[in-house]
Amino acid sequence: MDKQQPLLSVKNLKTHFFMDEGVVKAVDGVTFDVQAGQVFGIVGESGCGKSVTMKAVLRLVDPPGRIVGGEIMLRRTNEDGSTNEAIDLVKLDANGKMMRDIRGAEIALIPQEPMASFSPVHTIGDQICEAIMLHQSVDKRAARKIALQMLKDVGIPIPEQRLDEYSWQLSGGLRQRAIIAMALSCNPRLLIADEPTTAVDVTTQAQVLRLLRRLQEQRNAAIIFITHDLGVIAQMADSVMVMYLGLVMEQGPVETIFHNAKHPYTQALLRSIPTVTMTPRVNLPTISGSIPHPFNKPKGCPFHPRCEKSIAGKCDARTPALQAAGERQWVSCFLYHDVEVSA
Amino acid sequence: MTQNNQRLLEVKNLKKYFPIQKGFFRKTVGNVRAVDDVSFFVNEGETLGLVGESGCGKTTTSRCILRAMPPSSGEMLFRTKEGNVVDLAKLNRSELHPLRVQMQMIFQDPYGSLNPRMTLFDIVGEPLLVNGMTNRKEREQRVAELLKLVGLRPEYLQRFPHAFSGGQRQRIGIARALSVNPRLVVADEPVSALDVSVQAQILNLMLDLQKRMNLTYLFVAHNLSVVRHFCDRVAVMYVGKIVELSDTLELYAAPQHPYTAALMSAVPVADPRIKTGNVELKGEVPSPANPPSGCYFHPRCEYAVDKCKQDAPVFREIKPNHFVACHRAGELKLPGIG
Repeated sequence: MDKQQPLLSVKNLKTHFFMDEGVVKAVDGVTFDVQAGQVFGIVGESGCGKSVTMKAVLRLVDPPGRIVGGEIMLRRTNEDGSTNEAIDLVKLDANGKMMRDIRGAEIALIPQEPMASFSPVHTIGDQICEAIMLHQSVDKRAARKIALQMLKDVGIPIPEQRLDEYSWQLSGGLRQRAIIAMALSCNPRLLIADEPTTAVDVTTQAQVLRLLRRLQEQRNAAIIFITHDLGVIAQMADSVMVMYLGLVMEQGPVETIFHNAKHPYTQALLRSIPTVTMTPRVNLPTISGSIPHPFNKPKGCPFHPRCEKSIAGKCDARTPALQAAGERQWVSCFLYHDVEVSA
Repeated sequence: MTQNNQRLLEVKNLKKYFPIQKGFFRKTVGNVRAVDDVSFFVNEGETLGLVGESGCGKTTTSRCILRAMPPSSGEMLFRTKEGNVVDLAKLNRSELHPLRVQMQMIFQDPYGSLNPRMTLFDIVGEPLLVNGMTNRKEREQRVAELLKLVGLRPEYLQRFPHAFSGGQRQRIGIARALSVNPRLVVADEPVSALDVSVQAQILNLMLDLQKRMNLTYLFVAHNLSVVRHFCDRVAVMYVGKIVELSDTLELYAAPQHPYTAALMSAVPVADPRIKTGNVELKGEVPSPANPPSGCYFHPRCEYAVDKCKQDAPVFREIKPNHFVACHRAGELKLPGIG
């Protein structure tokens, strides 16, 4: 990894859900670093643990879920802008003052559903001002000014009027922008975008992505970008982590992941999406089977029952660990190394 | 593919307006023009894609064709199995009944479209029962056959939908649609709720079934990469109107309408070496209740001239089988993809 100290460093994070039917190991040993000013993409299909990872970082995992192991080191900034020691978010009280100060101010979230994320009975302005006043010592008038500037920054037309409107009066694209304005209002250094464009149309998606890119460059914030859309990842991310059933399959720079993928799952995933350059109406290469139910996760490598290259007696018995495979690329597959996850 | 140029369905000037009512007497004060004068045809054995952003009327168009809702005006000429051409817009309930087996639908949400209290046998067998296959043994045999056809095991017959994954449920939905041997299948976003690895399986299955059963698809979708892969021809809709209709590859490589070009440019390509999103489309989609004057796209169009503000462009054929509704079609050089 880079010599520079990472902004966020997650090590061997485990988040399990203790249900009546059994334990769901939603995130089972995830390790990654996010550098300042970087867009870090997390891709994976449903149930891979990408959203739970994000929730764990924000300490928003609800019971029956619990972080059962690992650490989440966040580098904090002093008042004068210099960075001081990293703190472990896992050790903080999820509802304590420290965590509440970090959440929203230093780490902000852009949620997936813009409709469900705003309260329908408060105006957009009031909701953004509330977040500002919570984290900054300003009065209502100053907060309103900041909120207005934020709406301008994200390109909402006639922002003065929009401040006093309700979320249901805005279109999907505007609502998504308002959410981004709210997330950015406290100048976070880490922005977590959880499928920020799945609910909007392609042209709006392009607008939102361009906006996020621009804001990120201006403010030098880091973005963790969670999506299942490989196209969006290719366009947005600097570095990519591919997850499957709670484990990291592969991680590396975006160029390497898309053009020199090592893990059979990444390779198969990339092959199975239709692209705009391929011959139409021919059968796509598929990944056989479907994603297993979290209660009966396969033993060994979680992908082995669907993997073409699985090695009998090895992949179905032991779980491969994430190991370096080439420059700034990590892969957890026995085709490349022989290190397994220690129990 | 056994594609011939016989038209299975021809839609002429289809309109669907939803009245806006106000006040105690529910006076109609305006109309939401969900589908506003749409014309196209679908040949037997081909796949026509209907794309556009949410609210553009693509789903309403497909629902009108299936007569899930009555159109406000227009004709929908359907060639029946016997070779007669009938206007679906003019038929009443009992006249439509025998035609319904020839037109079926595949739904978007594999979770919401299957009744959780019915077994697979009941779900897939119900259309058969409705259409007179009353012998249970016979029906069981046919349902088992259908399950095999879509890649499910016939042993699953007595199971309930909750036991299946999203992809498997979509297969069940396809089996149900195909149970009555339809000729036209309307698929409304059939893969958008599925995971990437499962999406490819369902697309392959639908392609395969089309070849085997000579199906005609009307494929409603918003994912342009999927549409390019799956469709022979594509119609692009914007605020209730078709703005461009052409062969898929031609449409993608050389779009003639500025809106199509903007859509193409917004597709995120799964390759970090190709940077997309160069054409920025400003503003918002107008409301179909209060569309702009002239060409509906002119406020957002970078090529708009004075004429575009006043006159609505005619949907015309500028090359064989390439229809565009744009005053400046042909003179503009627009970027495409692929």
